[in-house]
Amino acid sequence: MKRFFSLIIYSLLFGFTLLAQGYKLGDKAMDFRLLNVDGKMVSMADYPDAKGFIVIFTCNHCPYSVAYEDRKIALSKQFEPLGYPVIAINPNDSTLQPKDSYSQMIVRANEKQFPYPYLLDADQSVFKTYGATRTPHVFIINKEEGELIVRYIGAIDNNYEDADEVTEKYVEAAIASLQKGENPDPAFTKAVGCTIKFKK
Amino acid sequence: MPAFFVNILILMHIVFSQPVLEAKSKPVIMDFATFQQYLEHENDTVYVINFWATWCAPCVKELPDFEKLNQKFGNRNFKMLLVSLDFRKMYETRLIPFIEENKLSAEVILLHDPDANAWIDKVSPEWSGAIPATLIYKNNFRVFHEGGYTFDELNTIVEPLIP
Repeated sequence: MKRFFSLIIYSLLFGFTLLAQGYKLGDKAMDFRLLNVDGKMVSMADYPDAKGFIVIFTCNHCPYSVAYEDRKIALSKQFEPLGYPVIAINPNDSTLQPKDSYSQMIVRANEKQFPYPYLLDADQSVFKTYGATRTPHVFIINKEEGELIVRYIGAIDNNYEDADEVTEKYVEAAIASLQKGENPDPAFTKAVGCTIKFKK
Repeated sequence: MPAFFVNILILMHIVFSQPVLEAKSKPVIMDFATFQQYLEHENDTVYVINFWATWCAPCVKELPDFEKLNQKFGNRNFKMLLVSLDFRKMYETRLIPFIEENKLSAEVILLHDPDANAWIDKVSPEWSGAIPATLIYKNNFRVFHEGGYTFDELNTIVEPLIP
């Protein structure tokens, strides 16, 4: 019985700590002010005409994130003109993953000509506030009566490996719902991703 | 003739009592529907199921600790499965060379099922999908952890479960 109890303690210690924080659907989101690859600071407040935002925690090094680069570019080109710009945020500590340093972000942004801001979460406070756990991890924010409301959390679509095999485009469907004044369904999905690198 | 039988029995005993420590052949590639049976055994065996990828630095870092655990308990009521989430196209170029270079003794499979939203909750509702992640279970008892483990942490959980 004692050892069983210790196992429960273990599961509490390790299992729930990561999931106990961060935004849930319907929560008010915090704006941020983060350094972009062009050297300027970017906030959601810089987009007074936006109807909402597709905030994507992503990075350079993670193959799941890289596999989605072209799809993120396509989302940006499709939805920024409709009022839902993509904002990419790299949450990783570059001392733990050198490929995710600010200078490497600039290199990758230039190589791929990212049409969206690619921001560095330098003090790693934004991903913790949002509750991102992996890259890529999407949070769709909708502006509602001046507030920034979290309306979708999860994956971009249902195939991380092959864009041609996708059968459900979660982010596209979520934006379509928001444009109709409805809440997305599904509003929460999961995906395999790389752990966000931070010093505990 | 009876001696022949005894020899067969001895041979079977040798073969079936050391299933884990032998060098493995190529990892099997399977989808989640095929893989799911590994999450549902009720046979008094402790299963340690680790989700990882060759490119995942924290996964690779903890593999020696998993190997050590497999060496310690591999001949008991214990089964370790290293479930690679590498891309299918990296099977020959990355996964197999990695297994050979690192001389992994635990069984490796490649879980190729990119519709992860359909199956992550079936591994554990606690899992966000980030790797590394590990499920340890025996019959109905389950511990799931998203993040890395050390040998001591693994040992603390597994040892009491082994009779």
